[in-house]
Amino acid sequence: MSATTLPAIATAAERPPSPWPQRLANAGMRCLAILIFIGIWSVVSLGNQYLWKFFNPVLLPTPIDVVRAGIDAVQTGELQANIIASMKRVIQGFGIAAIAGVVVGLAVGTWKPLEKLVEPMIELLRPIPPLAFLPMMVLWFGIGEMSKIAFIAYAAFFPVFTTTVEGIKYVDPVLVRAASSLGASRADLFRYVVLPAALPSIITGLRLGFGLSFFVIVAAEFIAADSGLGYMINDARTFFMVSQMLLGAVVIGLIGFVVNILLRSLEAWLLRWRVATRG
Amino acid sequence: MPMQATRLPAAGRPKIDIRGAAKRFGKMVALEGVDLELRENSFTCLLGPSGCGKSTLLNMIAGFAEPSAGQVLVDGRPVQGPSADRGVVFQEYALFPWRTALDNVAFGPMLKGRSKSEQQAIARRYLSLVGLAGHEQKYPGNLSGGMKQRVAIARALANDPSVLLMDEPFGALDAQTRETLQEELLRIWEQDRKTVVFVTHSISEAIFLADRIVVMATRPGAVKQVFDVEIPRPRERSDPEFVRLEREIKLLVRAEVQKLGVI
Ligand SMILES: Nc1ncnc2c1ncn2[C@@H]1O[C@H](COP(=O)(O)OP(=O)(O)O)[C@@H](O)[C@H]1O
Ligand SMILES: [Mg+2]
Repeated sequence: MSATTLPAIATAAERPPSPWPQRLANAGMRCLAILIFIGIWSVVSLGNQYLWKFFNPVLLPTPIDVVRAGIDAVQTGELQANIIASMKRVIQGFGIAAIAGVVVGLAVGTWKPLEKLVEPMIELLRPIPPLAFLPMMVLWFGIGEMSKIAFIAYAAFFPVFTTTVEGIKYVDPVLVRAASSLGASRADLFRYVVLPAALPSIITGLRLGFGLSFFVIVAAEFIAADSGLGYMINDARTFFMVSQMLLGAVVIGLIGFVVNILLRSLEAWLLRWRVATRG
Repeated sequence: MPMQATRLPAAGRPKIDIRGAAKRFGKMVALEGVDLELRENSFTCLLGPSGCGKSTLLNMIAGFAEPSAGQVLVDGRPVQGPSADRGVVFQEYALFPWRTALDNVAFGPMLKGRSKSEQQAIARRYLSLVGLAGHEQKYPGNLSGGMKQRVAIARALANDPSVLLMDEPFGALDAQTRETLQEELLRIWEQDRKTVVFVTHSISEAIFLADRIVVMATRPGAVKQVFDVEIPRPRERSDPEFVRLEREIKLLVRAEVQKLGVI
């Protein structure tokens, strides 16, 4: 092969890690983006309040109004209580979904007859938005905690289950052969090959599932709850306290952001062999 | 002298005995009527154009596939599934990407229930045997192709199998690395004898390595001709006997390729 045919392609193994100045610049860009967003929000809301009254200022509070609402809500202890209430539901519901999704996914992925039985059912249920079942869940489980937990568990089950099954399906068969030629039993194959090979996919599913839990808990708390961030937003709506409504949204956004970072670093640690590949 | 050393001992039982083995995939006959006896601790190359059933035959010895007819015996017993006594090295390396080089090599000893420190000691020993001391903690993703295949060979050897099956192990490597690894494989095999079955479609690789070359026929796959290579090792590719044998086998293989209508 002549040297002119291909440009030098750095393989994954050779690519150097991104240097510090570049990472700093990236972080700077992110901060700037957030600042610009808050800036636009401030200009529109303040401008509407004091310069040209384009719509009723009550409809769009300024960032400062929201911060003030936040300070009030923290002082009364209301915000903390609502965050804890929502998080409790999310953690319980998501916990159930994670365990059920991974266990059922592993069973379906490794045992063909079960796959034939379960897959069509799942495919039938999956396109139905989980919200469609919420009223029914309230009927079944009452308006207590159970209905919300069950609802989250139901919604978050699907991504976890699907990615687990996918992960197992795409285990490289040559790895299975390699392990069995080294003396692996069926149980060894499952533990040392199938599970680690499917892990990246399972983790992606868990992350998606967690995101979805957050998504649906707010909706559930709109309808049937007397606590939680969703309840806080809905309650603020009945009293027309827009700052508080926005506060709820902002807090949900922040929690989602933080949790996502935590999950991503957990993922990076669990899959450090893959990170090593990327350099 | 070396000529006699490569002969099958008259009384010796063959290590691997293939009797009338055939393999069909649906209607397609991949292999037909293969009879082969492979002596203990011999080095055999299966040679032939791609699609002639080399991998199929190797997979039947490995226990990944069952013959549709006939028998594959190892130590006089029919092969029933893969076993730790038959190590396999694949062209695609087949390393576990989530395990370090050391943990890949320690995999077999781990399954055998060796203690953690024994596993590590064995793995270190075999990694240094293949020239990878100092790379123990690297993940496969950070190793070159040649290094990956060294790890894979160390991993197969760490189980101390009596049979080593290699399916075009150097097929994906550049010519330089390939020749180095051929030499190292022979060095290791001469220190620690095993019955090696090595699949290749490189004629010179087969002559360089093997005691015995099994040239395979295509459509259907079968044994076409067996050559005993009696050139003393280390073999020189420019050796007249090497060149003569290379030419002879080339003509034979070319006839098989023409049967496929590829050229
Ligand atoms: N699992 C399989 N199913 C169907 N056909 C197969 C399978 N494995 C191999 N074959 C066919 O058998 C023939 C021999 O294949 P193989 O043993 O891989 O050849 P080689 O290793 O010599 O290139 C090929 O025609 C191939 O397409
Ligand atoms: Mg092949």
